[in-house]
Amino acid sequence: MISRREFLQATAAAGLITSASGLGPLGRAAAQQRITQADITRFDNLGAVTILHITDVHAQLLPLYFREPSVNLGVGEGKGKPPHLTDDEFRKHFNIAAGSPDAYALTSDDFVQLARNYGRMGGMDRIATLIKSVRAERGDDKVLLLDGGDTWQGSWTSLQTKGQDMVDIQSALKIDAMASHWEFTYGADRVQEIVKSAPFAFLAQNVRSLEWQEPVFEARKMFERGGAKIAVIGQALPRTAVANPRWMFPDWEFGIREDDIRKQVEEARAEGADVVVLLSHNGFDVDRKLASRVKGIDVILTAHTHDAMPGVVREGETIIIASGSHGKFLSRLDLEVKAKKVTGFRYKLMPIFSDVITPDPDMKALVEKIRAPFEKDLSRELATTESLLYRRGNFNGTFDDLICKAMLEERDAEISLSPGFRWGGTLVPGDAITFDALANATAMTYPNCYRNTMSGEQLRLVLEDVADNIFHPDPYFQGGGDMVRVGGLGYSIDVSKPINQRITDLVELKSGKPLDLKRNYVVAGWGSIAQNVEGPPIWDVVEKYLARVKTVRLEPNTSVKVTGA
Amino acid sequence: MQTQASKRQFLRTAGIAAVAAIIAPRLAGASPAEVAAEIKKLYGDKKMESGRIKLDVPQIAENGLVVPINVEVESPMTSADFVKSVHVYAEKNPLPAVVSYKFTPEAGKAAASTRMRLAETQDIVVVAEMSNGQIFSTRAEVKVTIGGCGG
Repeated sequence: MISRREFLQATAAAGLITSASGLGPLGRAAAQQRITQADITRFDNLGAVTILHITDVHAQLLPLYFREPSVNLGVGEGKGKPPHLTDDEFRKHFNIAAGSPDAYALTSDDFVQLARNYGRMGGMDRIATLIKSVRAERGDDKVLLLDGGDTWQGSWTSLQTKGQDMVDIQSALKIDAMASHWEFTYGADRVQEIVKSAPFAFLAQNVRSLEWQEPVFEARKMFERGGAKIAVIGQALPRTAVANPRWMFPDWEFGIREDDIRKQVEEARAEGADVVVLLSHNGFDVDRKLASRVKGIDVILTAHTHDAMPGVVREGETIIIASGSHGKFLSRLDLEVKAKKVTGFRYKLMPIFSDVITPDPDMKALVEKIRAPFEKDLSRELATTESLLYRRGNFNGTFDDLICKAMLEERDAEISLSPGFRWGGTLVPGDAITFDALANATAMTYPNCYRNTMSGEQLRLVLEDVADNIFHPDPYFQGGGDMVRVGGLGYSIDVSKPINQRITDLVELKSGKPLDLKRNYVVAGWGSIAQNVEGPPIWDVVEKYLARVKTVRLEPNTSVKVTGA
Repeated sequence: MQTQASKRQFLRTAGIAAVAAIIAPRLAGASPAEVAAEIKKLYGDKKMESGRIKLDVPQIAENGLVVPINVEVESPMTSADFVKSVHVYAEKNPLPAVVSYKFTPEAGKAAASTRMRLAETQDIVVVAEMSNGQIFSTRAEVKVTIGGCGG
């Protein structure tokens, strides 16, 4: 076991914070902090192997605002443990000062003020700069660059190019291997097409052909870095066929396939691996459970649940790294390998403060080239927001409040449903809502906004089903994602209860009356995983609404009451 | 509120067909008690032992219409000691008896795979009868979910 002190050694931008005492109002204190590129890249080398990890970029080419969740509840063994800590609890756990750059990057309170002080985060040109700097410092032969997936989806350019824009970026960054999830929503043929020609490995040990149970993709790859043999095993999201439209890849089956991971680890060791890495898209809690059950994995680079943690979590002998999302962070893990064993490590979650990192000119040019054909659409201003618009959080986010409202009004519905995705950027008050920003919250290959009737009981069952997918106490039954967002409907949820007992007090917000379980309601929603869904793409629905209202101002949403946390 | 000329067109959408498939009215399912009664008909009050049976089903069905199941019962499969039969039940299906297998020592091993339809989230129960009269049993839950909304 490592001591707490060691554990905290690698906080997000260690050394940025001089003192946590005597802070005035958060914003002002924050403004006094200064960050430089050197602070972000500063790292005390260890051993001869450096692993760089980036994940869940969701096709974000440019710097953006991304507010971390203020509600991120853990259940079962995950309760009260990272990553299920927010704001003050998170800062206490990781020893981060309120108002500091780290607090801005990793927590949600005082977001608007801190966003003004510290600016946007991410941007592929900034990430390229950091990757190049680490490679230059360590030498190419010591650095392994791994991408956890959810890279090809999440923007207008990625949707229009069917992920080609991000494949070009990954190629330019010279990533060595990737895992996957949303990649599959371009359909089996497109995935195969990219995988066949990509200059990096697409690793997925847990995808099988339905008929013959044969592996569809390469399961693992051996890399040699710094004289060590590193086996990287890839893991796609085990719930892809449940969370996303199975008809887009009808011949493929997923699952966790724990026994098969054990076999992969054994085979890798038999082939002489000094280090075994699981490049995973399982989600944090699934990976922590997996690490407790599958021996012999040195490092799990987790993904999917979008958690950013400025320190490692250890489960037995396994180190778990969570590198955030949307290009906000790049993780660096140095390993010391002796006599075929990992004997030491040092870790840093590098926050990508876009204002202080010099953009890499080549990558900047590539991003501009990718966006140029779509610039007219991307820059179109649809409205202005006076409210903070964000998505992330277990129950609701203001961006989805806006989408739900747009659906109610534009589709003349009584109730609206918006999927609990964790991707999509944040806009601060005063920002223009461009089509680019709207696409960042909606761009995907099954965007149709349906209009249908559902009984009150069906609505209740949908909420129960989704809640069980998030709050099942066994991580292997959790699928990631957040609670489905609702418009026109309120409810109470006790997250500690089992399925069919969590959701109560369903109420029609308009009338204030209890939801009639027997009556049919007109429901609008988007992101259905069914085939042949009819309706306009959700971005058209929201654009129409925005064109009408011109200014977005949202009241605080109190329609969901949470207990049992 | 704004109405649209094309509204009717959208009303016939299959928008949430996946939801409907799971939660539409259906035949009444069986119950764990009915399955227990079925097993009792076969084996009376004989003691159910645990172990020996390896039941491999997904924790979450990717497609409730075709859920893979793989059963293997540990046994030397000699004429003196072999697995006679294996029964598979889905506790909440309208017809809970999924499949029964008979084995002889010639089979070499007592293993079988198939696919079954599951109406809803439920336990799969497997009962294996040995040549010496011992009965083994195990169960595993398979979750059938509406899906969607993943992060």
